[in-house]
This record gives sequence, C-alpha cells and structure tokens, in this order.
Amino acid sequence: MIKKILIILFFSFNANAALEVTIAQGKVEPTPIAITQIFGADSDTARYGNTLRQIISNNLTNSGLFYTVNEDLYIQSDNLVEKVPRFEDWKLIKAQFLLSADVSKTDKGIRLRMRLYDVFNAKEIEKLQLTIPDENLIRRVGHTVSDIVYERITGETGYFDTRIVYVSEIGPLDQRVKRLAIMDQDGHIDSHQFLTDGKNMVLTPRFAPNKQLITYMEYKNNLPRVYIYNLKTGEREIVGDFPGMTFAPRFSPDSQSVVMSFSDPNNAANSEIYLMDLNTRSRSRLTNDSGIDTSPSFSPDGNKIVFNSDRGGSPQLFVMDKNGDNIKRISKGRGVYGNPVWSPRGDLIAFTKLTQGNFHIGVMDINGNNERVIVRDFALESPAWSPNGRYLIFHRQKRSNLDGTGGEVTIHFIDITGYNERVIPTPRDGSDPAWSPLL
Amino acid sequence: MLKKLFMLIVAGFFLASCAATKTEQGGDVDAASASASSSSGGEITAGTQEDLIVNVGDRVFFEFDSSELTVDAQATLDAQAAWLMQYPDTNITVEGHADERGTREYNLALGDKRAFSVYSYLAQAGIDTNRMEYVSWGKERPEVVGSDETAYSQNRRGVTLVSN
Repeated sequence: MIKKILIILFFSFNANAALEVTIAQGKVEPTPIAITQIFGADSDTARYGNTLRQIISNNLTNSGLFYTVNEDLYIQSDNLVEKVPRFEDWKLIKAQFLLSADVSKTDKGIRLRMRLYDVFNAKEIEKLQLTIPDENLIRRVGHTVSDIVYERITGETGYFDTRIVYVSEIGPLDQRVKRLAIMDQDGHIDSHQFLTDGKNMVLTPRFAPNKQLITYMEYKNNLPRVYIYNLKTGEREIVGDFPGMTFAPRFSPDSQSVVMSFSDPNNAANSEIYLMDLNTRSRSRLTNDSGIDTSPSFSPDGNKIVFNSDRGGSPQLFVMDKNGDNIKRISKGRGVYGNPVWSPRGDLIAFTKLTQGNFHIGVMDINGNNERVIVRDFALESPAWSPNGRYLIFHRQKRSNLDGTGGEVTIHFIDITGYNERVIPTPRDGSDPAWSPLL
Repeated sequence: MLKKLFMLIVAGFFLASCAATKTEQGGDVDAASASASSSSGGEITAGTQEDLIVNVGDRVFFEFDSSELTVDAQATLDAQAAWLMQYPDTNITVEGHADERGTREYNLALGDKRAFSVYSYLAQAGIDTNRMEYVSWGKERPEVVGSDETAYSQNRRGVTLVSN
C-alpha cells in the first residue's frame, strides 16, 4: 500500500545483517543507536522531523533490541545526510549505530533523506530517500523507516508498520460496552479509531493476512454470530447463515476461508469447528466429538489447525489436519489450556494455561514439547503474535471486587523470551488484541 | 410514552433481580422483599418476570466447567415448566453464563451448552420450543462482580427471561 504511494530510492550495500539476534539468546543487551535531529529548514519540516525522530526512537527502544543514546551527549551536531560523520566522536559516546536524516519540501511532497552508519566499522550501511505525498502519512513513514533500520541491523523482519485491532471496553463490569477499535502497533492516540459504535457487544477480532478484513463476533439483535469487517469500505457482513451461535473465528493463511466454532442446536449446542469458504459460501465440519471444540488457529502453511477441546475431560490443545483428520493432543502439562495461536514463523504455538489459580501465557513447540511460560498473573488472555514472530501482545485483567471496583483490563507487549514487557496505551480499557501483518 | 413505561418496567425487573440475588446470598430477606414489592408499586403481577423471580426462581446454577443440571436445578426448572404451563402466552429467552476463570471463547461454548441444558429440559417438560429461545453470554455479563468463588458460583448460571 505505502509502496504504491511512496517513491522509494533504496540502496543496500551489504546483504548481511550487522547484528545477529536470535530468539534463543534470551535477554538481549539493547544496542546503542544515536539518532541525530531530523533536520528541517522551516517550521513545518522541523515539526515533521521531530515527529519522525520520536516515532523511530520509540519504536526501536520499545523493541527491546535498541536504546537511543541521549541527545545531550552528542558531540557532532551536523546534518550527516550529505556529510561523512566524525566516527570517533560517536564512538566516544558508545553509539554503535548512527542515524541521520533531513526533511524538505518539494513540488511532489515532503522529501525525507536518511543515512544509517555502522560507527564501529566507520561505514554507511543504509541510505534512502523518499517522497511523502501527504502529511497524514508521516506516522506510517516513521514506522517504515523504523522497519528498515530494524531489519538492516538485526537481520529480522520488522513489525512497526502494522496495526492492532482490539476491543475497547468501558462501563460497569456487569454491563460492559465493547467496541471494535484499531490503532498503530505503538498505540499512538493520533492513530486510534473506533470501528463500531458500542450498541452491540463485539468480541475476539482477528486480522486477515490480506490486511483488508477483520473477522470478529458480534451480538446483533442478541444473536451472537461471526462477522467480517471490511477496512476499506467499512461494510460488515455476516459469515454464513447458521441456526446457532458462531464464534472464535480466524482466517486461513490465504484469507479465502474462516475457521470458527458453531454450536448447532441440532447437536445439543455443542461447539464444533467449521471451515467456511468465503467465495463459494460452502462450509465443512472439521470436528465431531461430544466435547467442546473451539479456538481454531491455522498453521502459516495452511496444512494444520491447532484448537482447544475438552474431549479428554479438561480443556487441552490439539492439532489436526486442515480437513479434520489426524487429531493429536499436544498439551502435556498440568492445567487448563486455551487460546492456542500458531506463530507466523510456524515453529511455535502460543497459548494460555490456568493452573494453581493463575493464568499463564506461554509457548510450546508444535508437537507440544519445550513448553515455556512467558508471563503469569491472575488473569491473562488472548495472546497474538507480532508478524515477525518475536513478540506477543495479550491482555491482562486485574481482580474485581464485590463493590464493582477493579477489573481494569489492559493490552501488553512482551518479547517471547519473557523480557521487555510494556503496556500498549489505549484511551479506554482494552482486550482481545490482534496484530495485522506488515502493511 | 410507551417506551418510557417499558423502561420503567425493565428497571423494576433489574431491582427485583438484585433483590432475589441478595436473598440467595443469605442477605436481609425483609429488605429484599420490600425492595421487590416497592419496585412493582405493590402487588406482583402474575405471569411477569417479577412473578417468576419471586415465586418460582428465574435461575439455576452450575458446577465449575459443567453444563449438567443439578438436582436443585431440575427442581427449579420443574417449577418453571409448571409456571410456563400456567401462562401459555409467555415466551422466554434462556441465557447461559460462565464465571471468569476460563478463556472467552471456551466460556462462550460452555454458556451455550448451559443455556441449551435449560432449554431442552423445559422442552422435555412439555414447553413448546416455539415459546423459547436461548443465548450464551459466556463470561461477558456477570451477575455478581468479583474475583472469588462467591461471585463465580452465582455467575455460573442459566437465567430464564420473560421476553414478552
């Protein structure tokens, strides 16, 4: 999308990443990066520059892999877009990388030029120039530049130019008003937008891999059903004509189908997993068991589905083929499992587990081995992967009290190593976060 | 005007519902009944939600992670069926609810099974299914706010609502 709008001149000098970061490393010491003032000749361009610098600096710091060296320490204060930096000055303040940029006005729009330097090796490792046709795209450009820096230095795919759809909550806990809302991954208030008006309760939104659609559940006329929201048109459409509750929807990796639960009144309202083809409108039933089957999530290659079932007595995690064959239990530990979500890298499954009075969010291999708890608290739910598979977002709810107080629910971000947790700010309470692919 | 009147009636139901809950909790019975009668302005009208709450019981409770009807629940539903027979023009919606100690999606499934347990029990007791609907609210609409077993036991419930 943005690539169509922007004219990007992009030169890569070295295909190898400057810094190898692997998830297995555990806690990573953040890499110091210096970001000069983003220079602008007039008040508008200076303002754009400040905004961009702030976005890039926040993004990189929030990733846990970088920290921005304090500006007060900078010895050289020049614009380093057209000038070779005095690398010794930057080495002295222990900046391992150095980013400099400037903004100017042209007849085509706002021109941004950026240079990224490897200070210790005293060389330029990235440069770009792009033209932003509309001021409203500044935030997205900031995220895109952050992705370029992140990718160039870590060798991993970025995740900054992405959005989070979630459920905004307000009101007493027994009469909660819930609305769909969407924002940039950093939760910046300027990017925040409500998608529904709160008249009907909405739950569990999920992005389509094609970035245009969101599937979710809504109580329209008190009938809980799965819907699709089209971000381009704002249209909402029910998914199929089912005589009972449909819920827990997720898209297939090709965005052509939705896998979800259906509680059929002709089957004692027992929840089974169905696949609904959005083009042909045909549906197929994937599970057939007297237990509850719900929370299906596709593997990124589309061949397998992980889901939640209490067929063995208590809720556990199972994997099956995309047609419902070869059902195997994968959760091995004690406790009540739920919310399984296949990682976009394909190698891990995130889940929630209730044991000894606490919820845990963890990850396990796709065969259930090597279960690791990432975070534990009284109430945690709805893990969702960053598109690069390095981070999770989820919601955390406080205990509530008989007098109606408490119960605050917030959206959190965490590295799957268990480090670097922080709140993603929302104007009201927030739950059920889901991450878009890289835009 | 009609709408306003309707709102008042609904408000009355909520008050009555709270009062009934307090009674179940072993609270002040006198205060509860006083509240129930004052909300309707005196006499309870036969065949209404308030009548169901005060004279029959509008809800049944479930064990943790179960949609099976207990002996107590069956007794309440027998009384509800008799009451529904007595007022054949009454239609109902059965709501199934769960406590907060489960995932949202699992609890939606569980709430639907609970609502269906009530619905099908009443159907087997002879209530025409054309008079009944059911819906799951999962853990989204607790009766009692609170993160302890006192609240949870009252939130694992099936509630019969008069819908006309």
